[in-house]
Amino acid sequence: MRISEKLSMNSRWRLIAYLALAAVLLAAPLYLSDFRLSLLAKFLAYAILAVGLDLIWGYTGILSLGQGVFFGIGAYCMAMYLKLEATGGKLPDFMQWSGVTSLPWWWQPFHYMWVAVLLAVLLPMLLAALLGWFTFRNRIKGVYFTILTQALVIIMTTLLIGQQGYTGGTNGITNFSTVLGNPISEPGTRLSLYFITLFALIGVFLLCRWLVTSRFGQVLRAIRDGENRVRFLGYDPAAYKIFVFSVSAGIAGMAGMLAVYHVGIIAPSMIGIVPSIEMALWVAIGGRGTLIGAVIGALALNWGKSLFSEAYPDMWPYFMGLMLILVVVLLPRGIVGLADSLRKLAVRRRKHGERAGGNLPVIRESDG
Amino acid sequence: MSAQAETILSSEKVTVDFDGFKAVNEMDFELKRGELRFLIGPNGAGKTTMLDCLCGKVRPSKGRILFRGKVELTSLSEHRIARLGIGRKFQAPSVFLDLTVEENLELAMHRDKSVRYLLRVRRQDRQRIDERLEMIGLADKRHVRAGVLSHGEKQWLEIGMILMLEPDVVLLDEPVAGMSDEETMKTGELLRRIAGDRSIVVVEHDMEFVRQFASKVTVMHEGRLLKEGTMEEIQRDKRVAEVYLGGRRENHAACSTA
Repeated sequence: MRISEKLSMNSRWRLIAYLALAAVLLAAPLYLSDFRLSLLAKFLAYAILAVGLDLIWGYTGILSLGQGVFFGIGAYCMAMYLKLEATGGKLPDFMQWSGVTSLPWWWQPFHYMWVAVLLAVLLPMLLAALLGWFTFRNRIKGVYFTILTQALVIIMTTLLIGQQGYTGGTNGITNFSTVLGNPISEPGTRLSLYFITLFALIGVFLLCRWLVTSRFGQVLRAIRDGENRVRFLGYDPAAYKIFVFSVSAGIAGMAGMLAVYHVGIIAPSMIGIVPSIEMALWVAIGGRGTLIGAVIGALALNWGKSLFSEAYPDMWPYFMGLMLILVVVLLPRGIVGLADSLRKLAVRRRKHGERAGGNLPVIRESDG
Repeated sequence: MSAQAETILSSEKVTVDFDGFKAVNEMDFELKRGELRFLIGPNGAGKTTMLDCLCGKVRPSKGRILFRGKVELTSLSEHRIARLGIGRKFQAPSVFLDLTVEENLELAMHRDKSVRYLLRVRRQDRQRIDERLEMIGLADKRHVRAGVLSHGEKQWLEIGMILMLEPDVVLLDEPVAGMSDEETMKTGELLRRIAGDRSIVVVEHDMEFVRQFASKVTVMHEGRLLKEGTMEEIQRDKRVAEVYLGGRRENHAACSTA
């Protein structure tokens, strides 16, 4: 009885928090300038990635420091489409500069928006499934897996920079003009793109929530806490890991695709080693193992980063390093964990108060 | 009891070679349906490694292991062996501490353990869970987080999880280590009850426990089969006495007095 009471208290509290956050985000166009709204939209795209990363790290115990790759694939897919729309289907400027004379065959599908959207999600999923197939089935895990994902990032950025004629090299792909005919910098388009990103975040959040609360999610957590036991209960942990890693990569790809709209450029420096590690920080600081923590972490850190960098451009990396240390040492469950502890403390205080003065009729009256 | 005759699990000349050290050496082993078998031997005799071979955790470098006389286990992965109906309990309790007792059992219960099935399944077969909870004596703790259970209760829960697999063979590694006398007795009774329709192999050091509950005992020494028989036969055997005398005096004394 008491347990179920506590549970409903917990879920009511949580629902209120979710709805409040959703309301704040839905109303953002009312109180933010166009510039800030565009920034927030970018952070929402990052939050999508963070939710996907939490799915594998927080719930399954797989730390990928290679989410930048999947984010990048999604982003490049959309950027290629936007670029072709901007040039009217002609050869992009950077190709001309590099002496490429005709559009390569693998650029051709990106004439179409729907192909770009589809590939932005499917290609990362495929790559993750492939990497997962070779690693998880061979029982490569923990820090060894993490290092492999970092290697993947290096391969990806090296490839992008080396193939300048096809990828835009270090400069990346930029100078977009329209999305499906709508000028990309116009306030109306920006507003639509903001809402598309917000609804994508809500959709991804609900999907992941469904995944982690299902029996499937129970198996994920069991794999995190005792992979061997799970195996001897007849589960194949590799199959679960490949699946969830692939889902997380698809989510990262979707995040990248949406981020391009708001950033207006995609370049190797945005998906390299450092950004990939930063992505893990969002989740760690927000609170691993709670999806909302990932969202809060991504929003708070990026918001902080932009405010902080405006004032002290050089100090941000130090500040972030310091925060990481503080979180690891003092708040292993991140911001959400801290909020949870504070709430529990408050509840305990209140109970103590009741017990201490429980016999006084005055307090009984005020309670009723 | 004609079913008694069926061999459920057998090994032929199984050898495990750890970089030149033969942890298990040409071990022959045969288990009948419904049998409660104890596997004993001094430290380093290869008992746990033998269990590891039977459940797929360790792959033998030589030899064959047959399930129901036809399925060769040495080439199968652990989860496939578990799905065939061979449940393994490790020495240290390994239940999921953050899940409740009931959720732990649920996790073990699903008939189909593929990703696709687990994404769809919602409802559970309460009755089977209730039966098992009753059997392992944790019916009143079904909603308790497994992390707060006592050591003995965790061990029972893990046995319960393995029973949820509806296994034909249950492999247990020192299930009563660290248990109080009362808990040990309860565990013994539990094993007896399970053994009715399943075969059980128990690796055990506690001679008192073995004497009380064993019908047939297999003694291993230096990776080899030393002696197999009833407890009386084992206690009368000179070589067994020597092996234990070489190791620990109390064990030998315990063996010869009863």
